[in-house]
Amino acid sequence: MRRVPLYRWLAAIPGLLILLGVPFANRIRARVLGMPFLLAWIVACVLLTSLAMAIVGRLDDDRARRERK
Amino acid sequence: MNPALVILALFLAVSLGLGLLARRGRTMTLEQWSVGGRGFGALFVFLLMAGEIYTTFTFLGGSGWAYGRGAPAFYILCYGAIAYSISYFLLPVLWRYATRHQLHSQADFFVHKYGSTALGVLVSLVGVVALIPYLVLQLKGLGIIVSETSYGALSVPVAVWISVSALVVYVILSGVHGSAWTAVLKDIMILAVAVALGIYLPWRFYGGYGPMFDAIEKAKPGFLTLPAKGMSVSWFVSTVLLTSLGFYMWPHAFSSTYTAKSESVFRKNAAVMPLYQLVLLFVFFTGFAAILQVPGLTGSQADLSLLKVSKLAFSPVVVGLIGAAGLLTALVPGSMILLTASTILAKNVYRPLARSASEETVARLARGLVPVVALVAVYFTLSGGDAIVPLLLMGYNFVTQLFPSLLLSLPEKPLATPAGVMAGIVTGVATIAWTSLSGITLAKAFPEWPSVVTDLNIGIVAMIANIVVLVLVSALTRRRSPAAAAAVAFSDRA
Repeated sequence: MRRVPLYRWLAAIPGLLILLGVPFANRIRARVLGMPFLLAWIVACVLLTSLAMAIVGRLDDDRARRERK
Repeated sequence: MNPALVILALFLAVSLGLGLLARRGRTMTLEQWSVGGRGFGALFVFLLMAGEIYTTFTFLGGSGWAYGRGAPAFYILCYGAIAYSISYFLLPVLWRYATRHQLHSQADFFVHKYGSTALGVLVSLVGVVALIPYLVLQLKGLGIIVSETSYGALSVPVAVWISVSALVVYVILSGVHGSAWTAVLKDIMILAVAVALGIYLPWRFYGGYGPMFDAIEKAKPGFLTLPAKGMSVSWFVSTVLLTSLGFYMWPHAFSSTYTAKSESVFRKNAAVMPLYQLVLLFVFFTGFAAILQVPGLTGSQADLSLLKVSKLAFSPVVVGLIGAAGLLTALVPGSMILLTASTILAKNVYRPLARSASEETVARLARGLVPVVALVAVYFTLSGGDAIVPLLLMGYNFVTQLFPSLLLSLPEKPLATPAGVMAGIVTGVATIAWTSLSGITLAKAFPEWPSVVTDLNIGIVAMIANIVVLVLVSALTRRRSPAAAAAVAFSDRA
């Protein structure tokens, strides 16, 4: 089986931050930009998802180009 | 007629017109009608998928849950993001296979992969059963919008009947092309309206987000964090997991991936869609803003909060525009759901049972089933008292049961047998049906168990049962164990 390139694991990070991070984020009472911490945490994870997928997409494109050469 | 209702009628006329225009000059074969002839580029697929994903559920359900439940509503913002990161890897695989084999529907995929027609019928039935609550919630939303913007002139049942008639006409006229064009209009409207409301209302009523959340925390302590019991952290995480795995298992979401021109569409969407999803944040703000302004909406009444607070803040003309945006967010997905459910029943349930039926008969049946499915949905809309969000969660409980079977079908040789897959799906779906009909919950059945376990979303519990049965039956119905088959499948590709 072909090895999965390491950078692709980036895609899993935001999801793990949601699933594993929410139990901890739920305990923090601070406010971020006026929002409850839990909501701010989730918004940050969503932004991070977009960033991670853009990076993985770019790296996959580069890789495909290299392989075609 | 008040100005709000006039605006609503105007938008309805425009979307019907767009449906007709989109249809002109094309002969409508079943493929044209249901997957648009597979010629849509990135933008169109994006809009079509967004059209299905950002629905009345988002607009009225999202604000309704923020209003009525508080922090548990945040789950709605989570699962899309996870689903999009999965989609980057999953959808190109589905698309390549579907294009190579000229597939039309989700069931076709399972039939081809597992070589079992019976499995296709089962998958189709699960899809239709899951789609019904999804359609019901769109109709509920339409009913709420029409009756609220009429300022009491139209009762909810009358509003539901008007809406469903419009929906049926719309679907029969235009098929998928109509959805795509109206989706463009809808996306602009919903974006503008949701963001504007989410910024304006908190400032107008509280002077900002900070003061608004302070006021809510003061009036309802603990409302902005997940409770220790009930919709606890455990419920939250299991629900996010269930819904993110089920996201693309909806028959319409699954088959709308077939409409893409190339697989790069999905890679782009995986980065863009999460941003687009932040619209939800503003929808939450609107629901939160309503809490102290229009208090006292309990149960499913909470779904009215967005429109009630809008009526408090704006003139009827503006309320009409907000209602029109809501109308489109129900009409586009509603039409896709109705179209998908009736196409599935004709193509993937009726045809395998009546093999001699001609293409034309099946296409006619698909159209003929549109009003029938709509009537079933109207029945549940008018008889049930559920709020919008629990209706969608019910659909997810069903549709996510397809995920394990899909995942195991992806390698060159499926890792499970048709019998195993069918037994697993039936187990999962039966568990859901039994618990929801009898009203049994884990918390009630096992009160002495810790709430970390009993708060788990029942859909996840059903999926675990599904996987156990799937693996056992697969092992029994094949001499080689699934693990050995997996090793073979992997070594084949090495």
